[in-house]
Amino acid sequence: MTEPSRTLDSGRQENLVEVEDLKVYFPIRSGIVIERHVGDVKAVDGVTFEIERGETLGLVGESGCGKTTAGRAVLRLLEPTDGHIRFDGQDISHLSGGDLRRLRRRMQMVFQDPYSSLNPRRNVTSIVQEPLRVHGIAKGAEAEERVQRLLEVVGLPLNAGNRYPHEFSGGQRQRIGLARALALNPDLIVADEPVSALDVSIQAQMINLLEELQDEFDLTYLFIAHDLAVVRHISNRIAVMYLGRIMEIAPSARLYERPLHPYTKALLSAVPIPDPHVESVRERILLTGDLPSPRNPPTGCRFHTRCPFAQRERCPDEVPELRRLDTGHTVACHYVEEIESGRITGRTLDTTDPVSVPG
Amino acid sequence: MPLLSVRDLEVRFFTRRATIHAVNGISFDLDAGQTLGIVGESGCGKSVSSLAILGILPKAGRVTGGRVMFGDRDLLTLKDSALREIRGRDIGMVFQDPMTSLNPVLKIGRQITEVLFKHLRMDKHDAIREAIALLERVGIPNASDRLDDYPHQFSGGMRQRVMIAMAIACRPQILIADEPTTALDVTIQAQILDLLKGLVEEEGMGLILITHDLGVVAGVCERTHVMYAGRFVEAAPTDLLYHHPRHPYTLGLLRSVPRLDASQKEKLIPIPGAPPDLTVLGAGCSFAPRCPYATDRSREVTPVLEEIDDPSHLVACWNPVSDADASAVAVPVERGRS
Repeated sequence: MTEPSRTLDSGRQENLVEVEDLKVYFPIRSGIVIERHVGDVKAVDGVTFEIERGETLGLVGESGCGKTTAGRAVLRLLEPTDGHIRFDGQDISHLSGGDLRRLRRRMQMVFQDPYSSLNPRRNVTSIVQEPLRVHGIAKGAEAEERVQRLLEVVGLPLNAGNRYPHEFSGGQRQRIGLARALALNPDLIVADEPVSALDVSIQAQMINLLEELQDEFDLTYLFIAHDLAVVRHISNRIAVMYLGRIMEIAPSARLYERPLHPYTKALLSAVPIPDPHVESVRERILLTGDLPSPRNPPTGCRFHTRCPFAQRERCPDEVPELRRLDTGHTVACHYVEEIESGRITGRTLDTTDPVSVPG
Repeated sequence: MPLLSVRDLEVRFFTRRATIHAVNGISFDLDAGQTLGIVGESGCGKSVSSLAILGILPKAGRVTGGRVMFGDRDLLTLKDSALREIRGRDIGMVFQDPMTSLNPVLKIGRQITEVLFKHLRMDKHDAIREAIALLERVGIPNASDRLDDYPHQFSGGMRQRVMIAMAIACRPQILIADEPTTALDVTIQAQILDLLKGLVEEEGMGLILITHDLGVVAGVCERTHVMYAGRFVEAAPTDLLYHHPRHPYTLGLLRSVPRLDASQKEKLIPIPGAPPDLTVLGAGCSFAPRCPYATDRSREVTPVLEEIDDPSHLVACWNPVSDADASAVAVPVERGRS
């Protein structure tokens, strides 16, 4: 597969998924007999993005930033607390019953852990066939034939169908999960950390396979991962999340070359690069402190408690909106222009300098 | 004389079903102030080696050969009590998951002072003062207020800092860190690696860093050993290893990880197949079944680590790759899948 085939055909740039001001809160209850609602974990708190048909949108962020919750809400495995999700033009935010089931044919998920997402007591044919049976699409010989072809497409051996998940390696199990996701010929695949559980030598096999399948089946991916190098490799655009909100969205090459949001800058500079030369000369923006609690996120810009560029004005009390800039970036930061022009400089932080952030 | 000298270390696991050849004769030296990286994929034996060195293998595991010289003593022949003295005092350890290595029902302060009582025979007053100093040293804010906190009141990164504080409490000569940042987010990982590097520089400890992440090693270690199926397949100064890899496996690893700074979106070149089954230790190079450069000799005779190009660069391969191979776009034989 070559690079040009992955760039988007400008003639048909339509959005398959549109997410608008999405909020997903998990209530915290306290008390034994009478469960009082004492607060919310604001896992996703006002997220807006869209995914064009045929593109791969990468969703990155550290653990607890809400990326998985956002992905599950898009698939409607979770019901949004507020906001809208549109799939192919249809508002699916509060769909239920048969409508939701019919929708599910068109969107599938690939999970992180291939060990726990496959039923150990069923053989591979039965696992991959299940979606066909559930949705009443094919059965009997026809279904078996389709399964056989799916197994071939994902690169599993011919006799894989009669075997059980424990007989396969991690990489092969992830291929089984992928075959199951492809069975219904979906439009959208939400892949949540699909390669993080795999060894490095196997990761590349999986990433290449995902790319090949995208071309062959015209798939749209929402690729959720914490590994920025992997996400950058596979995505057309990347959205960076922090504490339930999007900090920056940009085409992946641009995001790496010129990250604008201070959090993106810090995140990218923290990723180790397998090259001792590069590592010895790189400048690192070390963030102090830990991620604040999503139950009680900081006011204003959520990143201001750890941001080396934070200002006394606006940052602590005014929530920055996502703004589209001429450079192709969409950024949620009050002071992007000032930081870029050098009018605001970052505090140089000593790592041993304790900045206390309640965890 | 090196601080630690490991020779022909062999570890087997004896289970009811089979014998697992986890470590099959590894040798290395560690000098004071040196940072040594051991990289490899899961199951290659890198963690088992460190457990064997420390004498804390799980029940089924047994050291079946080799020596681990610390000064003039062989750690493998020491009695448990003598080994316990060394462990924690002369050799510190940091593991991947700080939650399972810290005692959840003891206060942090108690866990650190315990080390100081035991190994340095400090009195209570001194131990508490020292514990606070250690927590400050590893960058924990308001250290004196946190002595009475329990592990669950700390975040993952902070717990790992506590583990490091405990590991360096007795100013050990050697620190063994096994995947110390794997469970952490990248921004926290950067903090912890920075801390480890600082400690090695200031205290002159020898550091053995065990990890699967080639990027982590590149930033921290002077020298790197690549492990595959229980053996070192290549060992070199980190610079040489990354820029002039000689073993096909090293090259394969480097080419299969996406790099954040790659100039264009290059296609990844995966290593075909999967790591070998260690219950059968056949003749020949363990990497041969996945290696595009393998010949009949590779399949029949096990290669040993030998000098190549430079006295500091060792490789165990009959057909080492050249710089030209390393820069070539395609792998010679076939593009394989598992």
